Amino acid sequence: MTGDLARMTALSVTDLGYSYGPKRALDGVSFALRPGFTALLGPNGAGKSTLFSLLTRLFVTREGQITVAGHDMARAPRAALSRIGVVFQQPTLDLDMSVARNMRYFAALHGIAGREADARAADALDRLGMAERSAEKVRNLNGGHRRRMEIARALIHRPQVLLLDEPTVGLDFQSRQAIVDHVHGLAGNGLTVLWATHLVDEIRDSDDVVVLHQGRVLAHDSAERLHRGAPLSEVFMQMTGGTEAAR
Amino acid sequence: MKVWITAMLAIVRREALRFVHQRSRFLAALVRPLVWLVVFAAGFRAALGLSIIPPYQTYITYEIYIVPGLCGMIQLFNGMQSSLSLVYDQEMGSMRLLLTSPLPRWWLLLSKLLAGVAVSILQVYVFLAVAAGFGITLPGWGYVAALPALVISGLMLGALGLLISSTIRQLENFAGVMNFVIFPMFFMSTALYPLWKMAESSELLRDICAWNPFTHAVELIRFALYLELNLPALGWVTACFALFFGLAVVGYDPAYGMTRRRRQG
Repeated sequence: MTGDLARMTALSVTDLGYSYGPKRALDGVSFALRPGFTALLGPNGAGKSTLFSLLTRLFVTREGQITVAGHDMARAPRAALSRIGVVFQQPTLDLDMSVARNMRYFAALHGIAGREADARAADALDRLGMAERSAEKVRNLNGGHRRRMEIARALIHRPQVLLLDEPTVGLDFQSRQAIVDHVHGLAGNGLTVLWATHLVDEIRDSDDVVVLHQGRVLAHDSAERLHRGAPLSEVFMQMTGGTEAAR
Repeated sequence: MKVWITAMLAIVRREALRFVHQRSRFLAALVRPLVWLVVFAAGFRAALGLSIIPPYQTYITYEIYIVPGLCGMIQLFNGMQSSLSLVYDQEMGSMRLLLTSPLPRWWLLLSKLLAGVAVSILQVYVFLAVAAGFGITLPGWGYVAALPALVISGLMLGALGLLISSTIRQLENFAGVMNFVIFPMFFMSTALYPLWKMAESSELLRDICAWNPFTHAVELIRFALYLELNLPALGWVTACFALFFGLAVVGYDPAYGMTRRRRQG
């Protein structure tokens, strides 16, 4: 990828590789994302979590390059990280604190305090339809609302890129649908979203899809062009050798 | 710099609030040294004769002798408790979140460490107040002079906990820490008996105690409580803090440490 193109895209990954000892987890992974919703689709064990760990600098590698809003993750990790919001599979909220207090903590981790933090927390909660729950203890929220709060938390520093690692795990259908809708709404407003999943029903025709399998990118195209009228689940199963039924 | 301070204060505040919410943890932290003080020390005061050793200027009762050791014990347990909660945090997402904050990792870890130290100092002072209620009092200004010593010893013991948390992958392995870190460190130190008393039973044991960083933490606190500065102890504790913290930062570095060894899907 040329430098100019890297600057235009919010997130680009070039020739990324990673191994756990002799086991190759990622191999020559490259893609560039523009604002909008991109699904990172892959069966369990495809390397999605490893890729997320590299994108969030929990792991580092010497193979390949990650650029976030023009900042190289290896050379300027703090500038790159400040432009990323992350929703992990694991919860990060303190259950015994209120929604607002949790949000203030997350704002502070990005150096935002005082009125500015309160304003941003209110704004982020509002975007996720959570404004009226601000004073509630997190323990009293249901699973769906907790996930929404995780997303609000990831948006508090107004990142350009939002990474979500299977954010709907463990949720019922309705909560799942509501979260998928919310995040599509965010992507429609100019945020670059990378949504890791193995569930094809979370993907819309207009979305971009990066198909990851056994550590390699098998395809990167719009969902519509990938499935060409056939059910996406069948196309996905064909590509990945039917490793995992994904519905 | 304001950004750094904001993050540090938030981490300390969160840890303090967590502690306040966990009343049972606070109670356990207080009851443990009090049991030692009231039960163990009362039983041993008849058996153990203590000669006059610095910083004491006169004969002291055994209860007085073990107070600094019990202050150290509170900090030792607190350091390990923080370490335990860090291992738990790693399994949950909060540690990941902390590590993906756009601040230097050593600063984030130092903030976490200071949060633990603040909590441990609070515990120590509550313990000292309860001990005073039992009539076990120390020089008035000693309570103030002990504060910097408690900060340094707390940092050293917290850094040890941090280092351990960077090497442990699962919560289940934590019982080993109790057996192989806390108990040997506590019993093979000057917390319960002075070095000369150890030497009476074994020279080797005395040497081990003299090398044990916890011994120096206890002595630093002991001297500070009597308004004296134990420079060698300060040197030891500071050097151990630098070593443990340095290794912990390496342990948490994504290029070398535990995150690299963790397998993910």
